[in-house]
Amino acid sequence: MGVRGTLEVVAVLGRRSVLQTFRRPQLAAPLLVFPTLLLAIQSAGVGEAVNLPGFPPVDSFFQFLLPAAMVQSAMFGGNAGGIALAVDIETGFTDRLLAAPVPRFAIVAGRLAGTAALGALTALWFLAIGLIFGAPIEEGVPGALLMIVLVTMSAFAFGTIGAALALRTGSASIVQGTFPLVFVVLFLSTAFFPEDLLVEPAQTIAKYNPLSFIVDAVRDPVISTLTAEDLLLGLAGIALVGGLGTLMSLRAMRRREAMG
Amino acid sequence: MPAIEVVNLQRAFSAEVLAVAGIDLEVAEGEIYSFLGPNGAGKTTTVRMLTTLLRPTGGSARVAGHDVVAEPAAVRGAIGVALQEAALDPLMTGEELIRMQATLHGLPRPEGHERSRELLRRVGLTDAAKRRVGTYSGGMKRRLDLASALVHRPSVLFLDEPTTGLDPVSRKAIWEEVAELNDEGTTVFLTTQYLEEADQLADRVGIISSGRIVAEGTPASLKAEVGKPRLELTLAAGSEVDCAGVLERHGKLLPARDGKLIVEVDGGASEIAPVVRDLDEAGVQVESLDLVEPTLDDVFVEKTGHHLEGDEEAEAEADERPEIAPEPA
Repeated sequence: MGVRGTLEVVAVLGRRSVLQTFRRPQLAAPLLVFPTLLLAIQSAGVGEAVNLPGFPPVDSFFQFLLPAAMVQSAMFGGNAGGIALAVDIETGFTDRLLAAPVPRFAIVAGRLAGTAALGALTALWFLAIGLIFGAPIEEGVPGALLMIVLVTMSAFAFGTIGAALALRTGSASIVQGTFPLVFVVLFLSTAFFPEDLLVEPAQTIAKYNPLSFIVDAVRDPVISTLTAEDLLLGLAGIALVGGLGTLMSLRAMRRREAMG
Repeated sequence: MPAIEVVNLQRAFSAEVLAVAGIDLEVAEGEIYSFLGPNGAGKTTTVRMLTTLLRPTGGSARVAGHDVVAEPAAVRGAIGVALQEAALDPLMTGEELIRMQATLHGLPRPEGHERSRELLRRVGLTDAAKRRVGTYSGGMKRRLDLASALVHRPSVLFLDEPTTGLDPVSRKAIWEEVAELNDEGTTVFLTTQYLEEADQLADRVGIISSGRIVAEGTPASLKAEVGKPRLELTLAAGSEVDCAGVLERHGKLLPARDGKLIVEVDGGASEIAPVVRDLDEAGVQVESLDLVEPTLDDVFVEKTGHHLEGDEEAEAEADERPEIAPEPA
């Protein structure tokens, strides 16, 4: 199968992944409903945190949290994509794909393409919420576009971790069981609070947590002017997560192929 | 060139568990070959190896002229596969599934759409094409699965237990479709645990037990191996006439069982009329007369020592295991 054929396979499987999410509400809920609710609750509950000494200058806590909600949604999307892939393995649907003359990586790439597309859609959703409820994007339209690109790339990267778990375990319940870890990783990053206001050891963990780099890069165009350093660190964080997930996925796929 | 050629094919899942213990078989182009055996016998493991989903741990196999290990992509391009339990996405529509399958096999989009319409019409699912698969009945799912396996006009079709769990009407519909595909020249390799299915559909049957082929041949030749057709008679109450001499003129008399006289007859059904005539002339009053022909189950019993059908307990136990079987001692 040539490059064009492979791309068509990736597109078809990606489309299936997106449709699957919208047709099964329990897959769509973690992407939109949970992060939106958390955004609303946290913004209302600890909105006064922005007055703490050391908090970066922002219009509101809502404005500060908006990028975190986007990245959180991308992480949930990666987990949901992993669950869906594991369900495909459990039900034998993956065998249908493996019995066709398509490159093996295209099967996972299709799932990841869908996860990335969902990431773009959720980024648009949160940008719309931000516009409606008063969280201006300081860098304007180019900043918003950059955020969409970064969230899309993040969703793809987190998707590789979900895919690796699915391929390694072949169990939807195990992949679903890792869901709480998303919160652990989020709380040990700069997603919900600036690094300077975290206490040890969370502060040190957050300092080196790749998720902090990703969230800070997405946040940069919202609360200040874009800096190359934050952007590059964000891209490095995405590359690190995506690279690790891809490596794990490849190993898990080889193992699965060997075991049948 | 055979459509399928298998030499000493093996699959071990561990040092102790040999699911397929070295099988040899050859399926000619245009043939329907049925793999008959209970759950856990090694049928699905064999199919998974022949369809490149599982690497053999020994031996070799060629499908449509290609080695399953060295040329897996070429094998995949030549075969159609409908696996056990019709692994379909319940959230997709029938039409979406077949179109996806067309893309997976590299068909250009317009051709894929046309082929989808054609196949859905063929399996009688045109009206359900835009419905989600989750709303389909078991029979509809199987027909859709079969249609999706045909999208690229494969030369060899693998069907893993295509009618398991279906009602008789749906089962017959699948059989008719398989027979029609075979008439069109498609080689069919199907696994089944239903004797009737193998008997009705297959040109040749391979009986598999504990990962080994224990018997192979046409259904008729296999049945002929285990015995001849026999007539079983129950005499009417009060009929005192000794009819053994009459029956012996038509074949070998076997020991009576459950009050029934049993005689082997070479000619099968064609012997009924002469036997009835002779008994009538001898004044023997017959309450019932049955022609009993050997079945593939008799063949299975002869070769393995246990029945293929009706052993629910053994099947249930096998269901709890993956498709593995202990290596025979």
